[in-house]
Amino acid sequence: MGRTVPALLVGLAVVAAGMVLVLVRVNPYFYFAGYVILQYVVIATAWNILGGYGGYVNFGTPAFFALGAYTAVVLIRSLKAPLPVLIVAGGLVAALLGLGIGYLTLRLRGVFFSIATLALSVVLQTIIMNWEYVGGSRGLSILRPSGPPFGNYGVFLFTVMLGLAVVAVLMARFIERSWIGRGLAALRDNEEAAECMGVPTLRLKLFATTVSGFLLGVAGAPFPYYVTFIEPNSAFALDYAVNALAMPMIGGTTSWIGPVIGAVLLGTAQQVAIVTISSELNLLLVGVVLVGFVVVAPEGILGLVRRLRTR
Amino acid sequence: MAGALLEINGLTKRFGGFLALNQVSIAVKPGERFGLIGPNGSGKTTLINCVSGSLPVDGGRITFEGRDITAMPAHRRTRLGIVRSFQIPKPFTSMTVLANLGIPLENAAHGRGADGADAMQILETIGLANKAHLRPAGLTQIEMRKLELARAMAARPKLLISDEAMAGLSSAEVDDILAILFRLNEQGITIIMIEHIMRAVMRFSERIVVLDAGERIAEGTPDEIVRNPAVEKAYLGE
Repeated sequence: MGRTVPALLVGLAVVAAGMVLVLVRVNPYFYFAGYVILQYVVIATAWNILGGYGGYVNFGTPAFFALGAYTAVVLIRSLKAPLPVLIVAGGLVAALLGLGIGYLTLRLRGVFFSIATLALSVVLQTIIMNWEYVGGSRGLSILRPSGPPFGNYGVFLFTVMLGLAVVAVLMARFIERSWIGRGLAALRDNEEAAECMGVPTLRLKLFATTVSGFLLGVAGAPFPYYVTFIEPNSAFALDYAVNALAMPMIGGTTSWIGPVIGAVLLGTAQQVAIVTISSELNLLLVGVVLVGFVVVAPEGILGLVRRLRTR
Repeated sequence: MAGALLEINGLTKRFGGFLALNQVSIAVKPGERFGLIGPNGSGKTTLINCVSGSLPVDGGRITFEGRDITAMPAHRRTRLGIVRSFQIPKPFTSMTVLANLGIPLENAAHGRGADGADAMQILETIGLANKAHLRPAGLTQIEMRKLELARAMAARPKLLISDEAMAGLSSAEVDDILAILFRLNEQGITIIMIEHIMRAVMRFSERIVVLDAGERIAEGTPDEIVRNPAVEKAYLGE
């Protein structure tokens, strides 16, 4: 616990650095791209709490992300709710969905769980496509509120996402170092043995799916304001499912820093590729890098570093 | 039976149409060294899975220290003091040997606040102290079995169920494991031993129950069991 205070300070320093960055006037595009990378830090970190720590691979990331985004859409349309409310509400609704898939783990393990989460995404997208109030398949334009607290609205959203990323990473780090993280690691290694050694496996799985779902929803909640036009194909994009899994795998799944490394590296590479090559190429990039890592460094960059150190 | 530590009453377990356990009743006394034997497929491991909570039962009642635990989840039974080892070792592969013991110490042991010193002490008594910082993948077969027992000990059991801890080991290694189990029993831990190695189970057990095709066919001291014609028939046929 002695290292929690320094970690909090580092987190605050990151937020402060972001604020300074906001004051220094740089090209607005960097905020636009930076937002996406930070959003992926939240998504990869959230995915890793269930997939990396607990070993339950979730292919349904888009469902949770889009649920957060569409919860925000409903609240914007009906109540004109402020951004903090959207974020909390988006997180809570996605957390409920997470709790639901947690109960799935009672019957489905391994690849069967993954298939079920994939189906979840398809089902939810179909529902949203047929729900006119949130724009259906045609989509809906979202007006940003006028007068953000500082800067322009893009800069403001960037700062908010930076704060969310710091919160998500601190949460993951705290979980990892507590008895919950150790219990999740035990059940990832062998669920039956973990249960027989006194680990309350069901409770831990429900906790992991709920927290993971919450953070994915949180990542999605500011999305309508970010894109200003929301439609199912972009909210349920395959990118989220692939990146959520690829980024922790590339960084390393056993530690909180792994998803951060993966998200920053891969997210930056994708943004560069979108600008310099083509916007469709970035998923191909992920695929190639992921295959490379699975072959060369199956434990990600962290595993690679560890291996080089012990040599 | 009055004063039994573990009491199994009319336990029945089905897998589809297959009756794996049929009305099995067993009582184990506190401090006892209890042997459970039977041919392959007789239901020994199924019985253990039902007692430890890994499998739900289809009928009957299990009580531990007078408390009905029939529907209790496995991790809570472990916390009460029923701890098992696995026939095929199931270590936590991503953790060191020492960290493997940390899981039951943290989650099951009576009196929390256990630390690395407790785990190290257990490893010393079982002879794995010099492997404490290795991953289980670096262990030999016998060391893996010892880790399985060490991890079970870290849960501070009142009743230890040893599921074929000696299968596939050499004669000297069997003696090694037996000595550990005897020592645990002297410390007051009740032990149920499931074993195919007759030399070991006969030497170890004070009382033996024989299962065949899901039914209890005999009970007695090792000497009585050896001379029992029904047991001979179950193992060798007519």
